[in-house]
Amino acid sequence: MSVKLSTRQVGDVTVIDAAGRITLGEGSSTFRDTIRDLTNKGHRKILLNLGEVSYIDSSGIGELVSAFTTVTNQGGSLKLLNLTKRVRDLLQITKLYTVFEVHDDEALAVRSFS
Amino acid sequence: MPDNDRGVTPSVDTSLASTLESVDNAEETVLRVAQGVGIDEEELHKVGMAVREAMVNAVVHGNRFNENKKVRLVVSLEPDRLTVRIADQGEGFDMSSLPDPLAEENLLRQSGRGILLIRAFVDRFDVRRIEPSGTEVTLIKYLSRGG
Repeated sequence: MSVKLSTRQVGDVTVIDAAGRITLGEGSSTFRDTIRDLTNKGHRKILLNLGEVSYIDSSGIGELVSAFTTVTNQGGSLKLLNLTKRVRDLLQITKLYTVFEVHDDEALAVRSFS
Repeated sequence: MPDNDRGVTPSVDTSLASTLESVDNAEETVLRVAQGVGIDEEELHKVGMAVREAMVNAVVHGNRFNENKKVRLVVSLEPDRLTVRIADQGEGFDMSSLPDPLAEENLLRQSGRGILLIRAFVDRFDVRRIEPSGTEVTLIKYLSRGG
């Protein structure tokens, strides 16, 4: 299964619930298009819920980084929520754990944007 | 045909098209061979991911999706190890020229983490140039089940 993304609004924070695989090909391009669409529409506070993501490869990690820089360069912020152990391990191996702000509690994560 | 280094008859020796479908196929093939040899699910996932990254390198960076070029996948199972060889027909690359993805200035680069992940997820990773052109990578996962 490729990635399935759905967005919802919690106050002024846009939460993206991701499920499935973010891997080279359809998964990573779907993700990229969604982020671009949101930033084009002016969304600047983005919380990416990765709790249901079963697989991310290096291309998917690249898309996370690209999303982070896109949103940050536009004066916004992108944070991560509910990392699985696999994704957490990947962020540690790649040292990106030091780049992303990571949360385990959605309410606290939403509040952290204000 | 025996594996050229150790005289082992491979479980799989196949030629794959330079497509993203082949990346999925290779991962599934290796996982099928590796199942039931004492590798736990998490380690199996890591082996699969290392194969995926090596295949992406072969298809995308090596063969550049050229339909006239193939990727050879050889999987061998021995009592103490699982060996995966992936060979492309590309122009080759110099490992020492690759930027360090963990360097501060490279952390936000979009690409360049594949080999880092392969090294993290298998026990041994070797790269060699093959003639007339191409690169062969060897991934080895040692098995704890013993002989």
